[in-house]
Amino acid sequence: MTAPLPLISLRSVSRTYRTDGVAVAAVRNVSFDIAQGEIVAVMGPSGSGKSTLMNMIGLLDLPSEGEVHLEGANVAELSEDRRSSLRARSIGFVFQSYNLLARHNAIENVALPLVYGGISRKARLARAEQSLQAVGMLHRAHHFPRQLSGGEQQRVAIARALIASPLIVLADEPTGALDSRTGAEILALFAALNRTGQTIVMITHDPGIATQCRRTIRLHDGELVSDETLVPLLPKRSAVS
Amino acid sequence: MTMLQGFQIALHALRLNPLRSFLTMLGIVIGVASIVTVFAIGSGAQLRLQEQIRSIGANVLMITPGAVYQGGVRLKDGSKLTMTESDVQAILEQIPEIQAAAGSIAGTAQVIHESKNWNTTINGTTTGHFMVRDWQLAAGRYFSGTEEAGAGKVVILGSTVARELFAPGDDPIGAQIRIMKVPLEVVGVLDRKGPAQDDVAFVPLSTAKLRFLGSASNINRDSVAYIIAKVAADGQMAGARSEIESLLRQRHRVPAGQEDDFKVQDPAAAMEAQQGAIRTVALLLVAIASVSLLVGGISIMNVMIVSVTERTREIGIRRALGGRMRDIRLQFLCEALVLCLLGGAIGVAGGITLSMTVARMAGWITSIDGEAIGLALVFSIATGLIFGFYPAHKASRLSPIEALKTE
Repeated sequence: MTAPLPLISLRSVSRTYRTDGVAVAAVRNVSFDIAQGEIVAVMGPSGSGKSTLMNMIGLLDLPSEGEVHLEGANVAELSEDRRSSLRARSIGFVFQSYNLLARHNAIENVALPLVYGGISRKARLARAEQSLQAVGMLHRAHHFPRQLSGGEQQRVAIARALIASPLIVLADEPTGALDSRTGAEILALFAALNRTGQTIVMITHDPGIATQCRRTIRLHDGELVSDETLVPLLPKRSAVS
Repeated sequence: MTMLQGFQIALHALRLNPLRSFLTMLGIVIGVASIVTVFAIGSGAQLRLQEQIRSIGANVLMITPGAVYQGGVRLKDGSKLTMTESDVQAILEQIPEIQAAAGSIAGTAQVIHESKNWNTTINGTTTGHFMVRDWQLAAGRYFSGTEEAGAGKVVILGSTVARELFAPGDDPIGAQIRIMKVPLEVVGVLDRKGPAQDDVAFVPLSTAKLRFLGSASNINRDSVAYIIAKVAADGQMAGARSEIESLLRQRHRVPAGQEDDFKVQDPAAAMEAQQGAIRTVALLLVAIASVSLLVGGISIMNVMIVSVTERTREIGIRRALGGRMRDIRLQFLCEALVLCLLGGAIGVAGGITLSMTVARMAGWITSIDGEAIGLALVFSIATGLIFGFYPAHKASRLSPIEALKTE
């Protein structure tokens, strides 16, 4: 029997940027798989290629060399439009700076990905309510981002990432702009989501966060230096649940 | 993303910045309002001319006095009444193409019926006048031969005069009215022919001369102020005209080489030429108004480019959340379109208001037709598409990664 198809598979992926005629390799020859239901921390100091890697996993960027497969399909072979549609359905982004649209309230922000999935307004808002409920933010549905605290904005952003039931949630320094207590709450939320089977890839430079993920991929200067799966620290898991 | 969603997003974005949105569409508002107004005034002027052409009647020639020499002094046209009733007779008898002809003298006077009075044109003429102008009676009859020959005390009223002198239920036929103290019996009321034409009262030529206008120094017993003549068919106009000219030169003994003491005109042709001129001027004004539409379009493009730059991060977020390039393009194109359509709608309303104001204040006839409104709206949609495309295209081409990095 063969192992189940990995959700995401990177095969010797390199990404080289050319700025002012100088080629800079942001990611070099990186390979790994991520399976359904995993929670993975991608660690490394700034400039180590974490964001570039996330852009490629999130179908915002394509590798210069090597292949990125999402559910077995080489994403480079898809058209730009197909990749966009796939993003709407399969990827949920969570950013360090939340990236909510300031001029839309929480529920409209959460419903935004469904606009690009051709779903009716009524159905969009109904699903956005469910999603807000899941992150405990339903009571703030009609607040605008500026009326919410950082932690609340990040919860709304997570609700937005979850609304289309994505294959994978990609979080880029999701606690980077939060104080440690709020950060811990957000991490607990991710952990809880993961327990429901949600695949999560979290990019961070904070070792404390990485220890809460079962698997940690470390990058340095664009190269993969380690890929470790830890035995879960049971007391910690129950502490955050 | 559907067109409808595009419009919803656009409306949402524009509502957040109402003043900016309004200023942006102001160029379109002004352009469309000017186009609608110019069209309304232009087609109003054309309508008035068409009505005048119709009211003159088809294939009508008008003969008016020309310049005269008195002892070597050239006097202004019309300073002497050079046409006579016998000229009318000669034209009728000697020129086969002429179906009907009539001479007229005219002046203004007060007409009085009981407690009502009205100032109008008194036209002394013969029944031939109505034949030339194809002017039917609404009630009553034309002048009889006896009345025409014997200065009968009868009058035929234009519909405006009848309306001003008689209450709606009153029958003017048989009623007595007074003009310059002379009592006259109303024998006929004419059909409506147009506001400018209906304000008139006709009396027999002999009556006018004997009782009203005879004392004027330049009236001799035989003369008329002008002659109108009806030509049988359209194609005979030029021939009839030159025949009348040579007949009158001969009758008036105009020496060869000297200017005619009369003028033969084709009023309908002259007005048609005038109509062409109005159309040209109106088109010119529309062209000028279109320039402001162009300027409006440029201002929309300018604001849209600024808006795309301002909202780079929003574009990045939308792209990351699954917005395709065409979705982004549609979103910004919809914004430009909404600006232009809204501006166009406000402009149409403004143009209608403006032309109605002009109509009331200047007394011009204006006519607002759906064609002008449709054209103005098509123009504004086209402006939105043309000037909105570049910023929208620019927005759609932004790299989502770069866009997400901007602050």
